[in-house]
Amino acid sequence: MTAALSPVEPPLLEIDALSVTFDTRAGPVEALRSVSLVVEAGETLGLVGESGCGKSVTAQAVMGLVDVPGRISGGDVRWRGRSLVDPRNARFARSLRGREIGMVFQDPMTSLNPLMPIGAQIGEVLTRHLGLTKAQARARAVDLLAAVGIGAPRTRVDLHPHEMSGGMRQRVMIAMAIACEPALVLADEPTTALDVTVQAQILDLLADLQQRLGIAIVLVSHDLGVVAGLCHRVAVMYAGQVVESAGVEDLFARPAHPYTQGLLRSAPRLDDAPERLVGIEGAPPSLLDPPQGCGFLARCPIGDAACAVPPPARPVGPGRLAACVRPFTPAWGDDRSVIDERAEARR
Amino acid sequence: MSDAAPGRARRGAAILALAAELARDRLALAGLLGLVLVVVAAIFAPLLAPYDPAAQTVLARLRPPAWLAGGDWSHPLGTDHLGRDVLSRVIHGARATMLIGVGVVALAGTFGVAVGLLAGYVGGRVDGVLMRVVDVQISFPGILLILLIVSVLGPSTTTIVVVLAATNWMVFARVTRGAVLSARRSGYVEAAQIAGCRDGRVIVRHILPNLVSPLSTLAILEFTNVVLAEAAISFLGLGVQPPATSWGLDVASGRDYVFVAWWLVTFPGLAIMATVLCANLLASWLRVTADPQEREKRFARALAARRGRARASREGERTP
Amino acid sequence: MGGYVLRRLWHGFLVVFGVTAIVFVVTRLFGDPVALMLPLSASAEQRAAFAAEIGLDRPLVVQFAWFARDVLTLDFGMSLWQRRPAMEVVFERLPATLLLIGAALGTAMLLAIPLGIAAALRPGGLVDRLVVTLGLVGLSMPQFWLGLLLILVFAVNLRILPTSGSGTPAHLVLPALTLALTPLARLTIMLRSALIEELAKPYVKTARAKGLSAGRVFGVHALRNVLVGFLTLAGWELIVILAGYTVVVETVFAWPGLGLTALQAIQRGDLFLMQAIVFTIAILIVVINIALDVAFKLVDPRISLE
Repeated sequence: MTAALSPVEPPLLEIDALSVTFDTRAGPVEALRSVSLVVEAGETLGLVGESGCGKSVTAQAVMGLVDVPGRISGGDVRWRGRSLVDPRNARFARSLRGREIGMVFQDPMTSLNPLMPIGAQIGEVLTRHLGLTKAQARARAVDLLAAVGIGAPRTRVDLHPHEMSGGMRQRVMIAMAIACEPALVLADEPTTALDVTVQAQILDLLADLQQRLGIAIVLVSHDLGVVAGLCHRVAVMYAGQVVESAGVEDLFARPAHPYTQGLLRSAPRLDDAPERLVGIEGAPPSLLDPPQGCGFLARCPIGDAACAVPPPARPVGPGRLAACVRPFTPAWGDDRSVIDERAEARR
Repeated sequence: MSDAAPGRARRGAAILALAAELARDRLALAGLLGLVLVVVAAIFAPLLAPYDPAAQTVLARLRPPAWLAGGDWSHPLGTDHLGRDVLSRVIHGARATMLIGVGVVALAGTFGVAVGLLAGYVGGRVDGVLMRVVDVQISFPGILLILLIVSVLGPSTTTIVVVLAATNWMVFARVTRGAVLSARRSGYVEAAQIAGCRDGRVIVRHILPNLVSPLSTLAILEFTNVVLAEAAISFLGLGVQPPATSWGLDVASGRDYVFVAWWLVTFPGLAIMATVLCANLLASWLRVTADPQEREKRFARALAARRGRARASREGERTP
Repeated sequence: MGGYVLRRLWHGFLVVFGVTAIVFVVTRLFGDPVALMLPLSASAEQRAAFAAEIGLDRPLVVQFAWFARDVLTLDFGMSLWQRRPAMEVVFERLPATLLLIGAALGTAMLLAIPLGIAAALRPGGLVDRLVVTLGLVGLSMPQFWLGLLLILVFAVNLRILPTSGSGTPAHLVLPALTLALTPLARLTIMLRSALIEELAKPYVKTARAKGLSAGRVFGVHALRNVLVGFLTLAGWELIVILAGYTVVVETVFAWPGLGLTALQAIQRGDLFLMQAIVFTIAILIVVINIALDVAFKLVDPRISLE
């Protein structure tokens, strides 16, 4: 409705100051603290960070999958300008799931119904959203299986999940996610549970689909390499907040936030000598009682009193935001070289 | 797993926290208090009961409870067909229930846990044979076989305890074996073994602590099964024998008077149900509490329900 | 599949053998069948003759062999009480028991499904807490007591149903309800917690992410996956009822089935009839177990019978 009035087209997906809280016996855990992100049509956004930083919760919140003990405690998620969080839009939100937004989960071993043939599980989306008959849905499921690179789709369509390998199941998940040719696919750590060789195949498949169908992808991953290979833009999350977002080239070339710098510095590389493998000292703060100021302060080599007030995400270059009072300051001094070297290697 | 003073302090704090959590759950607390009441009644029955449960008063036969016409407070719950005080019989009946319930669970539990430890820890052939015995015995026609055995051996409290223990140990063996196997597969037991811990020490220090919560829940649930089985067998006349008292027995003797004196079957039956219900409430609370994930969910659901109620009442105020 | 059935049959054989051994040991070593079965007035000659007739004067091994042979041929001798073959009595009374159990378990399963679903829809909500609490109350009721209370209310006070006996469908109502309560409570509580657990599984999230209706997520995905567990428990309830609770309920309502007959056999010292009943039930349990396993295979393709 607002779209008609506003001068610019609203973005495909807009996450606006979203907060998610988990009620635990120890107290409320603020898993997401005012997260804002924008995904434009056709672009691939990488969402990176260590485990527990809130990247998966973000994807689940978009899909309306945050369950007790979690709840959305603030902010909004808008699809082409229309709220998905507002309970009055529940029908609208559900009509998008599977139709406009597809989702691929982390563990293909448990994410498929064990008692239903895979063809029926794919067909279900088609009958629900496109109104196909069962026979039409089955025929289309065969095509989709072929499209995601599963051989002999005609016979495999009737298999049960336990009769397939992990990589095949993830292909089935992808087929299910793209069945209705959605505008956006949320891929939540789609390769983490798979063998390394299969990982590459699945990533290639996602990249290929993205190019052929022009689907926007949000790729949730803890693996910078995966993100670098597939994404246009990257958002780095830490302790329930987005600390930096930038184009992928810019981010790898000149990370603004000390956490991003630390992350790039600690990522292992095949050609690195073992002594290069370094971590970031300390651990993320408890989200039970999150720090008032910058979440990274306790681990940041360049943090000081100025960081005790929460740094707002502010523009630090064309199309980039960072939540740091002194962006681009090399936090790990002499190790700048490593980062430069990396940027080089990428090109 | 913890040593000396700090360990004890931590354990004390944990027990306090547990007690606080129990106090918040009204149903579970009621269950615990109810069980304590039954135990007290069983131990101090002669002091608590106003009459000798076997004392007959021919002049005061089939008196109704005090609050009904014809009843008076000298027999609060009325009297039976021999003029015996129903309240006194209900209080004394707790003795048979607790004695048999606790006795059977202790016997069956000890034997079952021993078999389970042996099967799980030794493994191999021993495990195979023992678990086959468990499998086969679980498929036996339970109560029917018990009735046959008791009728041949002659009914008595001892027979009941032995026979019920002999037919209820298998669950303990299964649960223990399962817990031992999963503990053995976990790293720390393997580490203890590699570090050269003796088998006995590994079992006592590393495996038994893991068994405490599943076995205590199981013991309470088995207690409820045993109480119900004893009541049923006594009701059929093959359990506790007169002049001893048992709730099941009293329901059976009241059955002939069900048309004229409803209180004779009602109160002993109510006592059985209340005892078993209290145990069930406690067991279901314990089961959830022993499972950290379930415990979190219980907490969050209670919170969500409170929030939902608050919202509903706010909306109710707005739309009169 | 064939190997599986063979293994189950072997297991069933072990069960029957185990029951045989226990009954033999208890009756021949600890008990005295002659004293049990003959009236007190029987003379010494009568006792000796009876002991010889059932082989008590033979060595134990021979006794056991004879006993096992009788079991295998389902020949449990004459019922002293009814003065006809014990198995004849069993086959005469079995249908009434099966009818009662069928009605009871059918009722329990039909009611447990909607109740369990209603509770699982909103865990911690009012309906949930009500269902769980009532379920625990149901689990805590002794069946013989519930039966008597139902007789008090419906037969004595309201006079709308007969107190006991059999013959009309109205006679079936109270005993079936009494026998249904425990399985109903257990099945409902189990279905509720299984559903809640199932709804938290990743594949249910997948189904929700597909935009399916709550009804479809629940009914087609979650419910079907808990069905095996539900049927397993229902089968187990069937076995528990067969193995004894019919005795209690049939006694309360004077329902002329196998359970009532078992108690009468005990009261009359009719050991042969009692043995016939125990073995019939043991064999039925074995058969039911095998049938259930095969049925589960049809529901869940992951279950392998090899």
